[in-house]
Amino acid sequence: MSDAKFRTQAIEQLLIEKGMLNESQIDDVVARYNERVGPLNGARLVAKAWLDESFKATLLADGSAAIEPFGFEGGQVDKLVVVENTPETHNVVVCTLCSCYPWAILGLPPKWYKDPAYRSRVVREPRAVLAEFGTQLPDGQKVSVWDSSAEIRYMVLPQLPQRWVGLGEDELIDRVTRDSMIGVEVL
Amino acid sequence: MSGFALSGRMSPPMENGEVVFEAPWQSRVFGMAVALSEQGLYPWSDFQQSLIDEVAVWDQVHPADENYPYFDIFQKALTNLLVGLGHLNEAQVDALSHDLAHLPHGHDH
Repeated sequence: MSDAKFRTQAIEQLLIEKGMLNESQIDDVVARYNERVGPLNGARLVAKAWLDESFKATLLADGSAAIEPFGFEGGQVDKLVVVENTPETHNVVVCTLCSCYPWAILGLPPKWYKDPAYRSRVVREPRAVLAEFGTQLPDGQKVSVWDSSAEIRYMVLPQLPQRWVGLGEDELIDRVTRDSMIGVEVL
Repeated sequence: MSGFALSGRMSPPMENGEVVFEAPWQSRVFGMAVALSEQGLYPWSDFQQSLIDEVAVWDQVHPADENYPYFDIFQKALTNLLVGLGHLNEAQVDALSHDLAHLPHGHDH
């Protein structure tokens, strides 16, 4: 019943006929998001922040400015705000309106990110939702929920696990997961 | 069995076991929306707003616990935006998509 599939084909054909787009431009975007954009960009930021205190300070003070030198492609991050997990506070990101997400940093959103259950419940009962992801937070750790919008996208800076202290940047990049940067997982 | 060949360039990004694009058309509609914005046809925030509006419409007529079909809504949001800007004619999209849906087998390309 994928009416949307045929409508998409129709739109593509009409735009190409009008000379507004060509196929390779669409191919380029898709390839870019499949291959070069993705959680890897976010992982690079996290690893660098863990290893470089001054970068971390910049990233937390002004995420958009801090990521500019990386030249991440995709104009979907207008204002990036990075929130840091600490022993006192755990952060988790949601978009209650739809599925605003820092695509250029984390790639395309996971399916559950747009579930109404996630969108509404994580605000009301974040601990219960996190527990369903297998994430148990220590008693007494505060949970902050950040609601993304078209204007502001949030990313979580996870805590560096003790067992990873001493690892190099590339090894850290490999270990940082998308879910930890949304805040539903603790590394 | 999804009925779609997802291989090569169309292979979905797998992150933590999640497939992001479930069918090739989903990546096409996504690619169009980004490419047109990058060409300056509209600021990305206008597309976002169109998406928010469409999700709100969907939420109004569906139970709160029902997932919204992300790329279906995405497609509607793009259509609305392009129609609103005068770049597409809704009736033309309707007619052409109807034709495409009824192509005889063997002529589907």
